[in-house]
Amino acid sequence: MAEIRFDNSNIACAEAAIIAGLKFFAGYPITPTSRLFEYLTRELPKHGGVAVQCEDEIASINAIIGASWAGAKAMTTTSGPGFSLMLESIGFAVMTETPIVIIYVMRTGPSTGYATGTGQGDVMQARWGSHGPYEVVVYAPSSAQEAFDLTIKAFNVSELLRLPVIVLTDAVLAHTRERYVCRDRSEVEIIERKRPRIPPDKYKPFEPDPDDLVPPMAIYGEGYATFAESLVHDERGYYCPKSDVYEKLIWRLHEKVRLKRKYIVESASYYVDDAEILIVSYGSLSRVALAYVREMRRKGMKIGLFKPKSLWPLDEVSLKFAARKARKVIVVEMNNGQLYREVDRLLKDKKVFFRPLLKVDLPTVEEFEEVVRECL
Amino acid sequence: MPLEKIHPLDEFIRTDRLPHRFCPGCGVAVTMNIFLHAIKELTEEGKLDPKKLVVISGIGCTGRVSGYLKFDGAHTPHGRPIPFGMGVKLANPELKVVVISGDGDIVGIGGNHLIHAARRNMDITVLMVNNFIYAMTGGQVAPTTPQKVYTTTTPYGNPESPFNIIRLIAGIGANYLARWAITQPFQLKNSIKKAVLKEGFSFIEVISTCPERFGKRLGIGDPVELYNRLKSIAKIRKVSPFEAKYDWNEEITCGEFIDEDKPGFVRMYFEVIKEKLGERA
Repeated sequence: MAEIRFDNSNIACAEAAIIAGLKFFAGYPITPTSRLFEYLTRELPKHGGVAVQCEDEIASINAIIGASWAGAKAMTTTSGPGFSLMLESIGFAVMTETPIVIIYVMRTGPSTGYATGTGQGDVMQARWGSHGPYEVVVYAPSSAQEAFDLTIKAFNVSELLRLPVIVLTDAVLAHTRERYVCRDRSEVEIIERKRPRIPPDKYKPFEPDPDDLVPPMAIYGEGYATFAESLVHDERGYYCPKSDVYEKLIWRLHEKVRLKRKYIVESASYYVDDAEILIVSYGSLSRVALAYVREMRRKGMKIGLFKPKSLWPLDEVSLKFAARKARKVIVVEMNNGQLYREVDRLLKDKKVFFRPLLKVDLPTVEEFEEVVRECL
Repeated sequence: MPLEKIHPLDEFIRTDRLPHRFCPGCGVAVTMNIFLHAIKELTEEGKLDPKKLVVISGIGCTGRVSGYLKFDGAHTPHGRPIPFGMGVKLANPELKVVVISGDGDIVGIGGNHLIHAARRNMDITVLMVNNFIYAMTGGQVAPTTPQKVYTTTTPYGNPESPFNIIRLIAGIGANYLARWAITQPFQLKNSIKKAVLKEGFSFIEVISTCPERFGKRLGIGDPVELYNRLKSIAKIRKVSPFEAKYDWNEEITCGEFIDEDKPGFVRMYFEVIKEKLGERA
């Protein structure tokens, strides 16, 4: 049965992960994620799982990748500095098509920045930080409820596509206790990874099914002699540094995500039916944006808000629909223009403006209004 | 066309990947052979189910080993086979986890993971093949390279003193610690058999030969000559790990240094939780 809870997004993510079937968690302490980590070390063993602290973030991410190959739904959590350390192995998980989930709580950067301050400076790093051409999915909740729902979705997408999926929250959400509905396992969709239906002697670890381009995943200990190869590999998982093999592999790693784009994308639109001005804002900042939009509506302005909940990929169809009557689109972020570039790229025929809010705390509606006003 | 079964170890090898990439005279291939003999014997003795064996390697020449073996396995990013193995073991404690990787991978870039795995008494076996050099990348200095040796990144001679890894691990603690040279195949095989069955952390350093990248720097590019040289300095002794020498010019002490049965991390993890949670765990 669903229960009403009152807690922050860190706990909502942890609860959702347990409900999604999390069985292995590894982490390294970092503000502002520690409550999520602590909560799971206490609660996960009660649900038949293992939660451990590693020597660093590099160990944490490699441990969860190993655990996923051993058959467990696996997750870690970190913030900017820790995610920077994990980046190499994000690519490892992509290349070996390993389902993992990372709860990434943004704080003020760059570098050590301000550990308990908030920010949105890691939107690009979350998507592009590892080397080589690759595709991952990034969600950005703006409340404890969305943190809960999108964490379950993250597990589903990661299992469905054998992909690392990142839930990008921020310090404000990590510290804000609020009401959310903690749904029961029977009330949510739960997707498990595809397993091989053929005997080991016929099985190839990276041979995709033709319909979804995702290879069924044999796990360790079942006699499949399966192999997680980080090098360029063919369908057998054998190192094969040839252009045709490489091209086929990289195309498929992108294409399998594109095929499921409709299922992946999430967004919300407010007051867009007649909006001549469209604000684009996400994460905790989007709540300030919504307050601002409501205030302007009361003053008679035809203004709306588009709130992407999946940043990578963006919900392109809904964005274009929300912007259909807009003369101006204004992207507001707590960075120097990251998602703005993607919005600008998608809305080629619109005037897209960008306004930064470089603050360590959540801006007030007045501060929001101040930066947007110059674009109106 | 698949090769016919012609070798007694073929059942454990992805024969369609052969020939392997190891150079003539390379000790990594020798280690792989000895490891498979150990696994074959353990299997035949009914002490190990090869379907439950996971062999993980990092990056480098030794990093290629896991890819040739027909077990569950992984070829991880550089330095990360130990934490990967930790995740595997904790997610499914029924699995046997063996890490086979080189000195650069294990004690260079992966050194932090090594010391913490030893400290935790993590239930994995590490087979570290020490060829004294970063061989795959062309022969750069390693944390194991003897002092004053010329390498491509110490063109005037290595100013650093190398790790004596036996002392390092002994200082932290492990359930099993041994060092053998590839010139001692039977001792190494028996040692691997023992290590793989151990609870907790077991570590074997395999002193290897790399004529191409290391031998040539010493003026011993001939595989046989290098092998004989190693044979002459690899001395088996029953001594404390802290007396084990690591001196290419004099002696590299080999032997079994630690053999204990402290509870491993997996057992401790579940025990401490059960103590508090009881049936809820």
